[in-house]
Amino acid sequence: MANLKTAEKKTKAQSMGMHTETLTGKTQQKFFNPDEAENFFYWGTYDVDFNKRTDLDVKDLDCIKANKKIDELMSEGYGTIVIKNPQGKHSLGVGILNKLNLIFEGSLGYFGVGSIDGPIVRVNGRVGWSCAENMMAGKVVIEKNAGSCFGAAIRGGDLVCKGSVGARTGIDQKGGTIIIGGDAGAFTGFMMQRGRIVILGDVGINLGDSMYDGTIYVGGKIGSFGSDAVESPMTKDDIEWLKRKLKVAEIGDNFDVSKMTKVVAGKKLWNYDALEPTEKKGAI
Amino acid sequence: MCGIAGLIHRGKSSNVGEELQHMLQALKHRGPDSTGYALYADNDGQNFILRFKVGENVGEGSTSVNEDESVYNERKKAVDKKLSELGALVVKEEKLTPYSYRYEIKFDKDLMEFSKAIESIQSVEILSIGKSLELIKDLGDATVVSERYGLNKVQGTHGIGHARMATESGVDIKSAHPFWGYPFADVSVVHNGQLTNYWNNRRVLENKGMRFMSECDSELIAVFLAERMRNGATLEEGMKESLTGLDGVFTYFVATKDSLGMAKDTMAAKPLVLYESDDLVAMGSEEIAIRSILPQEIDTYDPFDGEVKVWQT
Repeated sequence: MANLKTAEKKTKAQSMGMHTETLTGKTQQKFFNPDEAENFFYWGTYDVDFNKRTDLDVKDLDCIKANKKIDELMSEGYGTIVIKNPQGKHSLGVGILNKLNLIFEGSLGYFGVGSIDGPIVRVNGRVGWSCAENMMAGKVVIEKNAGSCFGAAIRGGDLVCKGSVGARTGIDQKGGTIIIGGDAGAFTGFMMQRGRIVILGDVGINLGDSMYDGTIYVGGKIGSFGSDAVESPMTKDDIEWLKRKLKVAEIGDNFDVSKMTKVVAGKKLWNYDALEPTEKKGAI
Repeated sequence: MCGIAGLIHRGKSSNVGEELQHMLQALKHRGPDSTGYALYADNDGQNFILRFKVGENVGEGSTSVNEDESVYNERKKAVDKKLSELGALVVKEEKLTPYSYRYEIKFDKDLMEFSKAIESIQSVEILSIGKSLELIKDLGDATVVSERYGLNKVQGTHGIGHARMATESGVDIKSAHPFWGYPFADVSVVHNGQLTNYWNNRRVLENKGMRFMSECDSELIAVFLAERMRNGATLEEGMKESLTGLDGVFTYFVATKDSLGMAKDTMAAKPLVLYESDDLVAMGSEEIAIRSILPQEIDTYDPFDGEVKVWQT
């Protein structure tokens, strides 16, 4: 059984000013003692050199072998990996928790680059359903079109599709930014909880249905608003943010963002709305 | 889940049997129970191709039973007798499996009455009638079915196919796709999804004289479209009506002797990836189906909710 009370000697963490209270309990000891190096090991991460580049042809590899090979290359220090012949295979590039330049020379199938935390990904083709699902951080740029559920449940990072996307883009989005250069299908921002979605083209029916936080900006026509979604006035901050974001995303040159429609949640959620912003982040 | 695939060559023929086999095999993980093809072959167009079965190939959950081959042979004799009574001349006959046949027949009367008469024989089901349509379905993956029926040599302009994962009904041929658009020659349908107003629609359509052969909800699409066309609607008009007439989630393909169409429900809940060029349209539930015949980098897209498209050969 773990000590219920830490030794009276000041821990390294306390001397660093990370916290001052007396630590008790197994959990605190396990995760906050910097003297134990293994507690700071982030599984699946490697020191990589972005200038160290290699190609990986996945034509004859299934997704498990291809993803293992990417992991091996990162463990060897490769910081830029170019994937050749993805040919619409599913689940390529998933679970990468590393800084990495990952380039796909072709198109991905379903669940491409899902559950990633940190890499910068460029897909020189299209992606199927659920691209970058549950992304935590990083940047993903799709040069062509994307399927449905683009950026489902992402929590952070930037996700850019230069073409058009299918239905339910940003479903259950919990953070981060999704930018679409073309049109988006029905139920865009469905059950959205945080973050921002930017669509330069038209969107389908039921935009922002059941959203309870977050912001959607639409440049074109809106098929219909979903339940709980309402229009809100564009502010100067919105315009500045959009200009900066589109520039960083290398999309929408000369696009007049001031004419976009801003959509937010119109429903009062008593318990959720009473939370402070930092508490809201914890709640979702 | 289920996987669907379709392709149409515009202005030329190709080895559609082999192409569709590759596309459906790539989708095997979506539906390993049975596979079906509706191929529009380069037949001479003089005679009707009648494909029918006199028994079942029974898998898990089926309400049908496997029977002795002698029973099948008796039913086949009954079909021959009925054809003779109807004035149909059998030009060529092929026994494909113990339970299924392909006939070439000369016939110029009403197909609905013809079909009713043939299917009045116990356990006999017409899989398709058409001058170019070759509808084949059986248990197994795309390669197994293709090899069993020799499909990889079929030349034609277009075709649709289905890899089925049985969810709404058992594993057997009668529930497998494609479904023939009874009683219209050369009409076939494949579907991915679930239809939630199946029974309501079925009761209405049966009261209008339409026929259902299975308990599979997907059959409703073929019957729904056939009924609309019987009342004068074009294929595209019938498909657009289906977006509101059918409730549930669906992506389906329908093919006629010279066209191929797709429709996607208003929720866009079922996947479809589409490639379109001047001389070829290929589409499937997943991009890997298209990549199986077009490995080079191509531009594809997902059709939007409520979208209906029809292409001609």
